[in-house]
Amino acid sequence: MPDVLHNNSLIVFLILTAGVAAVVGLFVALTIFLGPKKPNEIKDAPFESGFVSKTDATQPFPIKYYLVAILFVVFDIEVAFLYPWAVSFREIGAIGLTSMVVFIAILAVGLYYAVKKRVLEWK
Amino acid sequence: MSLPEILLRLVLAFGIVVTFVALNALFLVWLERKVSAVIQNRMGPMEVGPIGLLQTMADALKLLGKEMITPTSVDRIAFLLAPIIAFLPAPLLVAAIPIAEGVGASDLNVGAIYLFAIANIAFLGILMAGWSSNNKYSLLGAMRAVAQNVSYEIPMLLAVLTVILMAGSLKLSDVVAAQSPVPFIVFQPIAFVIYLICGVAESNRTPFDLPEAESELVAGYHTEFTGMRFALFFLAEYTQVFVLSAIITLFFLGGWNGPFLPGWLWFFLKTYVMIFIVMWLRWTYPRLRSDQLMNFNWRVLLPLAILNLLISTVLYRGGL
Repeated sequence: MPDVLHNNSLIVFLILTAGVAAVVGLFVALTIFLGPKKPNEIKDAPFESGFVSKTDATQPFPIKYYLVAILFVVFDIEVAFLYPWAVSFREIGAIGLTSMVVFIAILAVGLYYAVKKRVLEWK
Repeated sequence: MSLPEILLRLVLAFGIVVTFVALNALFLVWLERKVSAVIQNRMGPMEVGPIGLLQTMADALKLLGKEMITPTSVDRIAFLLAPIIAFLPAPLLVAAIPIAEGVGASDLNVGAIYLFAIANIAFLGILMAGWSSNNKYSLLGAMRAVAQNVSYEIPMLLAVLTVILMAGSLKLSDVVAAQSPVPFIVFQPIAFVIYLICGVAESNRTPFDLPEAESELVAGYHTEFTGMRFALFFLAEYTQVFVLSAIITLFFLGGWNGPFLPGWLWFFLKTYVMIFIVMWLRWTYPRLRSDQLMNFNWRVLLPLAILNLLISTVLYRGGL
């Protein structure tokens, strides 16, 4: 058991997460306890600079955000692949270098394509 | 080590980290107000404590006693969890940052990846906050925050990659050890600038503060939050500034390496100078437009980061 605790950072991470959540939750609970409670209809309505809100906020959203998210997933995973390569850069030699240059070149072509397709045109 | 010993260590480290996060964030809020005051030729907070040092402490106590408003139209569970999840990464990040040779709550062998992975949990909290508030300003702010943060994440990771390449390790103490005697900023000035820009964008600060642009979005994703829940977003943001500066110090400025002074003092000196620079940026530059923000990232920063990585790889291979 001690070895597991000492070597497994996942378990330590989970314990820390639980601890922080508990402390923060305690603070939030404390405000519920300490703060006044005087609800009224206007105070509990969504804030909209003084207007009465007519529609729900969850409405259709520009597709651009979705495209950015897709691009992020593609690029972020490719960058994640680059990290182990960077660590073992000295051992893998010329083959590692050339294959990674090709990999990054494909990444760059993908970015060029996305720019040319006007995916990233924000107005 | 025996089990009680490990548990004691864990509890001690936890207590120190949480206390540090809270006090540091309060100090940084005070510092921000003072820096803005100096830049705008004002005095800033002066009344509470010596040169207003206890002002933010008083503010925090006041927020603790405020009414907690939960609007009727919100998604209750997500609304309750959002500030907690947004604050969660702050202490977890601080816990992974070593402040001197062998001093720190932990020094993970995948420290670099851990930092960037955990930092992204905050955006989940922001998205939850914006979505659950059922408020147009909040939703727009959250959407902008997430789009901006995921976009700037990529050049940021590519910039750090060049540093990892030179250090040959993901362990933070190894990265710092590789920078003795010459810090990486000398070899990687472009990566440093890219990282600084992306870091400021990730912490949603001016000139990249569109998610909370108060002149158009009220307060962005935390519009509907009051009392301690609002304070949690606020503290998380300032801890993020600290973490950003600490990461820059570790990866580019040589960490605790430095002559004469003890290591931890060098670390904090460099970190707080970086924090000051980030604050200076905030009070000097105006806000970008949404399209400028996105275009700048995808068309300038990302190609530049890829180019920088390729060039530094080839140069490094060639014997630099």
